Amino acid sequence: MTVRLRATTLVAGSAAAETLVLSEPLSFWGGLDSASGRIIDQWHPQKNAVMSGRILVMRAGRGSSSGSSVLAEALRRGTGPAGIVLLARDAIVTVGAMVAAELYGKSCPVVLASEADWMAITGAGSLAIDTQDEAAIEI
Amino acid sequence: MSIALSSVDESLLSGEQGGAAAFAMRLLVRFAEAVGAERFVDIEAAHIDGCLYLGQVSLDFVEHLVSLGGRVRVPTTLNVGSVDLIHPELFHGSDEVSHGGARLMRAHEELGCVPTFTCAPYQTIFRPRFGAQIAWAESNAIVFANSVLGARTNRYGDFIDLCCALTGRAPYYGLHIGENRRARILVEVESLPEEWAEAGLACVAVGHAIGRRCGDRVPAITGLPVSTNEDDLKALGAVAASAGAVALFHAVGLTPEAPTIEAALQGRAPEEVIRLRAADLRETVHKLSTVPDGTPLTAVSLGTPHFSLSEFGRLMPLIDGSRPVIDVYVNTHRAVLDELQRRGWEERLREAGVTLVIDTCTYVTAVMRDLSGAVMTNSGKWAYYAPGNIGVDVAFGSLADCVASARAGKVVRL
Repeated sequence: MTVRLRATTLVAGSAAAETLVLSEPLSFWGGLDSASGRIIDQWHPQKNAVMSGRILVMRAGRGSSSGSSVLAEALRRGTGPAGIVLLARDAIVTVGAMVAAELYGKSCPVVLASEADWMAITGAGSLAIDTQDEAAIEI
Repeated sequence: MSIALSSVDESLLSGEQGGAAAFAMRLLVRFAEAVGAERFVDIEAAHIDGCLYLGQVSLDFVEHLVSLGGRVRVPTTLNVGSVDLIHPELFHGSDEVSHGGARLMRAHEELGCVPTFTCAPYQTIFRPRFGAQIAWAESNAIVFANSVLGARTNRYGDFIDLCCALTGRAPYYGLHIGENRRARILVEVESLPEEWAEAGLACVAVGHAIGRRCGDRVPAITGLPVSTNEDDLKALGAVAASAGAVALFHAVGLTPEAPTIEAALQGRAPEEVIRLRAADLRETVHKLSTVPDGTPLTAVSLGTPHFSLSEFGRLMPLIDGSRPVIDVYVNTHRAVLDELQRRGWEERLREAGVTLVIDTCTYVTAVMRDLSGAVMTNSGKWAYYAPGNIGVDVAFGSLADCVASARAGKVVRL
C-alpha cells in the first residue's frame, strides 16, 4: 500500500529511488566527493556511503556554503542524489539543486517533510517525490 | 506564497537592467520562495564564495553571467580562489584546476568584483558597518560579519551570493530580521583548563562544541577568557560554522549585540542551557587531533581563516631561532602581504623557512609539497576539514605548539 505524505517544494521535480538516510547532517563541501558521489567526511557516521541515484534523507544542511557548488557539480556529473528530503529549509542545498536544473536541466527535487512524518520517512527503504500538483512523498 | 516585488525588482526581472541581472533575479525569486521570504531588501555589500573552482559548474555559472554582460551593483569582495596568482609556482595540481581556477578568478573580476581573494574580507578595508544589510557567503565570513561586526547576512551559498551582488537585492528573511538574531541557547563556559595560556584554544574548543550541539540555532556564550581578542572570535566562529551551521553567535560582553545576557536573549528565556567545563574543552581539543603526540609531521599550516596582521605580530617573535625541519605554510591575503613587505617581515618569514600562501588556502587546493604524513595546525577549521579534503592526518595545537613542532619535526606540546 502506498502512503502519500504532504511536503513542501523547495526545488520542483519528481524522483523515485532507494533512500540514503543520514543520521547526522552533512556538509557537501568537504563531505561529498562530486566525482564519485561518496561521503568523504571522516567524522560522519555514514562515511563512504554513496548517494548517487538515491533519495537523500537528511534532517538539515550543515557547514560550508560551497556545498551548493559541490552538489551542483555532482548533479552535472550524474553522481548526485536523485532527490533530497529535508526537515529544515536549507538555502545551500536548495541553490545547488536549482543551479543544476537551470544550467544543465538536471532534475533533483528537494522537498521539506513534516516532523510528524519523519519516522515513517527515515524508516522507508525507498521513496518517491512528486511536486507536480501538491508536493508529496510516497512510501 | 507569493513575494512582494518592488518596482526595482520588477525592473531587474524584466531585463531592463540587462540579461545577467534578469537571470540573477529570476533565480533569487525562486530561492526566496524556497526559503519563505516575503520581500527583498537592498544590500550594501556582497562577498562571493564561488571563485573557488569546484568543477566545471563553477565556470559554467560565472561565464554565463559574463556572456550576458553582468556587472555587480554593490561593492563585492571575492573569497579565496584555487590558485595563488601571486605565487603560481606553488600550485602543483591538475591543469584543469590550474587553468579553470585562474579563469574563474579573472571572470569574477570581469563582473566588477574586487580581487581580494580572502576568506577574511572583514579584516580588510571592506569591513561592513554595524547593522548593514549584506549578502555574504563563506561560512567563517558570514559568522564573523553577523557576530563580531553586527552586520546582517544569512548563510548564503555559492551562486546566490553572486545573484545578490548582480541585483543589489537579497531576500529579507532569517538573520536580516532583528528578532531572528535572538539567542536561543545559553552556553556557559564554567571553567577553563588552567594550563591553556592563550584564549585561542578555549575559543576553538567552545566553537567546536557549539557547532556540534547548536546546529543553526543562535547561541549566547558566557565565560570566555577575558583575553579573548578578535582573532580568537574569528577562530571560534570558523570552527562553529564547520562543525555545525552556526551563522551568528553572541559572546556576552564581547560582541556588539550582546552587552548583557538579556540583550543577547532579547529578554526571553533560553530554550536550552549548555554547560562546558575544563574537562569538556580539553576533550574537544584532544579529539581534533587524529594522531598522538610524538607523531612525525610533514608540515605545519597556519591561517585558516586567513592570518591577520596581528596574528603575524604574534608569530614573528616565535620564528627567531633555529629553522623548522618541515614545511611551514601561512595562508593570508594581499592586503596583509603588502604590509608584511612594507615592514620587512616577508623577508624575515622567508628566511625563517615560512611559505606564504596568498589568494588561496592549503586545504582547498594543491599547494602543500608533501602530504605523505601528518600536518599540524592551530586552526580548528583546518583540523576539521583537512582529513576529508586532502586526506591527511592532523594534529591540532596552539600557535606556539605548532612552531615548536615545526622545529622538532614531530608533534610536541609546550
